Amino acid sequence: MDLILFLVFGAIALVCAVNVVVQRHPISSAVSLIGVMGSLAILYLLLGAEFLAAAQVIVYAGAVMVLFVFVIMLLNAGTEIRQGQSFTVQLLGVPVLIGLLVLLAFLGRLLSRPETMVRFGDFHGGGPKAVGEALFTTFLLPFEATSVLILIAIVGAMVLARKEMD
Amino acid sequence: MDYSFFIVSLVKTAVVFAALMTTLAYLQWVERKVIAHIQVRPGPYRVGPHGLLQPLADVIKLLTKEDLVPPYVNKLLYVGAPFLAITMALLSISVIPFGPEIRVGGTHTYMQLTDLNIGVLFVLAVSSMGVYGVALAGWSSNNKYALLGGLRSSAQMISYELPMSLAIASPLLLSNTLSLRELVEKQSGNLFHWNLLSGPFPQIVSFIVFLIAAFAETNRVPFDLPEAENELVAGFHVEYSSMKFASFFMAEYANMITVSSMATLLFLGGWVAPWPAKYGSGLVPVLIFAAAGAIALYHGVHASRRRDTLSFPVVGIVFLGVAAFFLLPVVQEWLLPLFWFCAKTGGILFLFMWIRGTLPRFRYDQLMGFAWKFLFPVAMANLLITGLAVALVS
Repeated sequence: MDLILFLVFGAIALVCAVNVVVQRHPISSAVSLIGVMGSLAILYLLLGAEFLAAAQVIVYAGAVMVLFVFVIMLLNAGTEIRQGQSFTVQLLGVPVLIGLLVLLAFLGRLLSRPETMVRFGDFHGGGPKAVGEALFTTFLLPFEATSVLILIAIVGAMVLARKEMD
Repeated sequence: MDYSFFIVSLVKTAVVFAALMTTLAYLQWVERKVIAHIQVRPGPYRVGPHGLLQPLADVIKLLTKEDLVPPYVNKLLYVGAPFLAITMALLSISVIPFGPEIRVGGTHTYMQLTDLNIGVLFVLAVSSMGVYGVALAGWSSNNKYALLGGLRSSAQMISYELPMSLAIASPLLLSNTLSLRELVEKQSGNLFHWNLLSGPFPQIVSFIVFLIAAFAETNRVPFDLPEAENELVAGFHVEYSSMKFASFFMAEYANMITVSSMATLLFLGGWVAPWPAKYGSGLVPVLIFAAAGAIALYHGVHASRRRDTLSFPVVGIVFLGVAAFFLLPVVQEWLLPLFWFCAKTGGILFLFMWIRGTLPRFRYDQLMGFAWKFLFPVAMANLLITGLAVALVS
């Protein structure tokens, strides 16, 4: 059951990911990206990371991508026109891509050890309580540093926007 | 594998789905009646007694209307958007608990489709996905009014999600759980254990912030800017007809039910009675229905019109029968919690309609300013004070 669901949603995530690049219209790409985020959330859920799955949907699919779609709609971005591709790209694009993927798969196989492999149902520390404890004890410094970084980004965006207005 | 789980789940899903669809249809009838009476007119009256068959007539009308797809739209997204909206609206009902654990035959089951230990987050996640239905409908229609409606709705829903999440976080601090069922169980006892009134810091402010944000999230008056008729014709669904239009309508009403249920569960103690059963809270529904029956019988005896001598006694006897049904000890176990849950949720739904009949629409800049400059700081301050109070007490 776990394996079937993993294969189904892994396949959906991959198809959507390819679709992000293949689609010519920005909105279609954005919608495909939402599909990737949603499938990733379900993969997290399968691995037992419930909180992470919910956060993935709320933050990425629900907030970040809404802003993307909003900006695309606001700017009314049209269909991209495919530029004339060079002969080298047309000839070598697909073989190089396949070669790269094979290399990545080979490296992944080489680096992963069987004892550290992920198995469905092994992991139970994905609830809100466990994540919260980890964030506020073990990873307190990175957590606080990230919040300060985000604060700086917000203030920076405000300053830049204000400069434009004057 | 245990098949009884599948059978019980299937039966529960069927029951909840049927009940939800009926409620959706009749909620619209109730709303039309409530607004009509606020405006001193009878409302739907011709189809069936007091317009009771009006929802059925509306469904038939919407099903048989021509389903027009304009030639200039983006087909895939145009067809997908209403589907997305209704799916996301119905999905969140699956984690809402309607009552405690009950026994049916030999099996124990909860009056809830599924209990997630991240139930609150699930509802938030699904409702944040609901924005796409509206936004993509507006964009794919290829119409300037629809596009403006879609833009407004996405900006509005992102803005109001923040105070809403903060308002939800404060009662969660008191209850210390994200599971909706545990949330209600922690509030059991009496009125003063509900998060709205319980110590160390009563959540009255956060309840009001949640309600205001909920109005904006469901695009209801006074925040129905995405479909402001005088500016945008009909907003994001201007190009939709037939069942696709009805899907948006159903999604809006399903979202109303969800946020009302969430308010009930988070602040008003869910299915818990306001005071314990040993002081007679179980008799409240009996008294209400018996009083309604008695009033109907009285007016049947002293009828002003001839047809009332027949219709009022029938209605009165039905109400008295319902009152007697509530006295049966066999059904009390599940019927009383269900009654309290429906009464609280229904009260909040009535508030939605009351406000629609009373308040005018916001201006767009007022709407955004209100969310960011007033609601967000208030919700934030409330969260901080609640956190401090909880930390000091524990």
